[in-house]
Amino acid sequence: MPFWTLFGLQQGKATTGWPRRPAEAGQEGVLGMPRFAPEHCPPDCAECAAACPTGAIAVAKNETASKRLAVDYGRCIVCQLCVEACPAEAATASFDWAFGTRERDDLRLNHPATPAAKTGSAASPAGFRRSLHIRHVDAGSCNGCESELRALNNPFYNLHRFGIFFTPSPRFADLLLVTGPVTYAMREVLRHTYEAMPEPRWVMATGACAVSGGVAAGGYACGHGLDGVLPVDLYLPGCPPNPAAIIEALLMFLERTPQRVRGGRIVG
Amino acid sequence: MDAVTARRAGLEIVSLAPEELPAAVAEVIRGGGRMQMAYAWHATPDQIELRYLGSCGPRDDFFMWRCRPQAAVPSLAAISPLLGWYEREITDLFGIEFAGHPEPYPLVLHPGARPPAPPFSPDYPDEEPLPFTPAPGAAPEVTGAEVQRLPFGPVRADVVESAEFLFFYVGEHIIHYHPQLFFKHRGMEKRFAGRSLMHAVALAERVSGVGSFAHALAFCQAVERAAACEVPPRARLLRSLCAELERLYNHLHYLGHLADTTTLKVGQAEGMLLEERVKQINGRLTGSRLLRNLLVPGGLRRDLDPQPWLGDELDRLGREIGRYTAMLESTNSHLDRLITTGILPQEVAFDQGATGPVQRACGFDRDLRRDHPYAGYGELTVRVPVLTSGDAHARQQIRIAEIDSSLALIGQILGRLTGGPVSAACAPQPHSEGLGWAESPRGTLFYAVHLGADCRPVRVKIKSPSFSNWRVFPLTVHDSNMMDYAINEASFGLTIAGCDR
Repeated sequence: MPFWTLFGLQQGKATTGWPRRPAEAGQEGVLGMPRFAPEHCPPDCAECAAACPTGAIAVAKNETASKRLAVDYGRCIVCQLCVEACPAEAATASFDWAFGTRERDDLRLNHPATPAAKTGSAASPAGFRRSLHIRHVDAGSCNGCESELRALNNPFYNLHRFGIFFTPSPRFADLLLVTGPVTYAMREVLRHTYEAMPEPRWVMATGACAVSGGVAAGGYACGHGLDGVLPVDLYLPGCPPNPAAIIEALLMFLERTPQRVRGGRIVG
Repeated sequence: MDAVTARRAGLEIVSLAPEELPAAVAEVIRGGGRMQMAYAWHATPDQIELRYLGSCGPRDDFFMWRCRPQAAVPSLAAISPLLGWYEREITDLFGIEFAGHPEPYPLVLHPGARPPAPPFSPDYPDEEPLPFTPAPGAAPEVTGAEVQRLPFGPVRADVVESAEFLFFYVGEHIIHYHPQLFFKHRGMEKRFAGRSLMHAVALAERVSGVGSFAHALAFCQAVERAAACEVPPRARLLRSLCAELERLYNHLHYLGHLADTTTLKVGQAEGMLLEERVKQINGRLTGSRLLRNLLVPGGLRRDLDPQPWLGDELDRLGREIGRYTAMLESTNSHLDRLITTGILPQEVAFDQGATGPVQRACGFDRDLRRDHPYAGYGELTVRVPVLTSGDAHARQQIRIAEIDSSLALIGQILGRLTGGPVSAACAPQPHSEGLGWAESPRGTLFYAVHLGADCRPVRVKIKSPSFSNWRVFPLTVHDSNMMDYAINEASFGLTIAGCDR
């Protein structure tokens, strides 16, 4: 009979040195959010907007060159169809994995200047920096997000090393992590789970579906993500966001790393 | 559909009157055949057409029947029990009643959903969310002084998909088990209507995330069959390569998850770590850890470059997997929990429609890759493991053998890959239709695609393997032990998104 403990010890440490060692993130070759350079758009071209399955891209023909494209990364499913459709260098592929933001508007490139009202909790998570407990609720995801969330606890990412844990009960949870577009049958269930959490409590919309509804938005059975269902404190798009992106967003939420993206552009 | 397009679809389509259906199904079953699925679509705005898919033997071509009901349709659930869920789904979504159905309750729509019209009817207001007030579902009455009733879910422990499980039990003994699924029903099939083919592929990839590639592949093959499109050889082989990588990471996840339920913690960690290694290989090869954004009707969106690194990586990984699975198979504390747990009798598996590794663990030698080859499988040798004991251990053993078989297939593919184009023009005719299939990691997956005048989908029916296996799974839980439940559930390897759609 095998001696599993010895086997485990012999295997050595499997956990990545990331984020301390950036090269070890484990996301080699994974295509991320496309980058846009509207100044390269040919006149009257709207190929990328037509190619986008979720309507994340809008073309404003009368705008100045740098504002010709309005992009909502909250809807981006990372399908790369806009990159393939672009006849110029206006939409290009990148390895920028999905980025977390505190405001929905920070996922929007060339969004009109009036910012949306902040909906999330007023409480600061500063006291939770070294210990955060998460309750996950699947509100109708395709299970792609769950696959990547489960990966967080594998030995490679080893989420516990950051002091972040998944907890079975909402009673012990600080953060409600929601995936999926919120189906009609999960809407009330989700609200009950939120109400069962002690204060202070925060909500994270994970994946394009929870942020905006994604590919499933609308129709007879789906909503448009958490919009109008729960107050959101942390938005993380992606389809699905990879495990490193999820960890990075959580660390950003805990104020352990700065927010990298503002107004749809990487600033840090 | 006329005879020409029917041939193009690779299917013989026979028209039957509703009253002819029971005898026809009975004859198929008498001859050892099996029905595969049933669905409805609006052939015209005011004419609903029922479709029934089946085959007379595991390697015989699929046949399809069509039936245009004017009044009530006889239920076939008593003759072919696996059709029971399809009929209930058709009632929910299209409003057609099946006379004499043994379980005349809603399935896909939740109790408490009050649609103003059936969601697929042209009268259903576009983008109108279902009016809904939560209500208890139909469940059998289980009474007795000692009987406890435990509803569990839909929000459950750990990172899991949403579903509610209702247990009636005495002490440790489960008397009756009723899963309330479809909390996650997103109406995905209707989201395909009117979308461009490329958008439809993106949708298919997001029906069940851990089956992204199989779903998109089945969809593309359905469109290719409608268009009589020949996919170039290199693309066919690369499709099989990705399909096997999908099987690998799913089966490794399965083993890690199963080891978790038997509290073999190092076994869990190792399984999950090996899964992660395959996902990282997926990312490096295709740009997506879930193998998305690659398929297009006609081939692949871009060429892949697996040589020579992929073979070396998988050789290394294969040795580690071999060591890991040998350890699992020789750990008594693990095996003790699996052997004789959740036995699925052969005839139940057949009648109720068990598929994939679950049915191969109870004696059925069926695998679409070998029996109805698609992608590159026609030129490859597919080893199909089969066992007969039908318990959780057999289901683990089948998965382990399939990991070996997948690695061997990838070896064959890498040895055969030659240069060449990876896509061909694929332009289906207006009003054509096609059926696509794939042996996903969890079993038989069908996409039936009907295209409209603009060559965009008007109806897409998805038969996912988890829809079939969720129908079967409860039959192994009744009259079993509470402590075995989690192990048994893990041994089936079910997804909920695929079932609920």
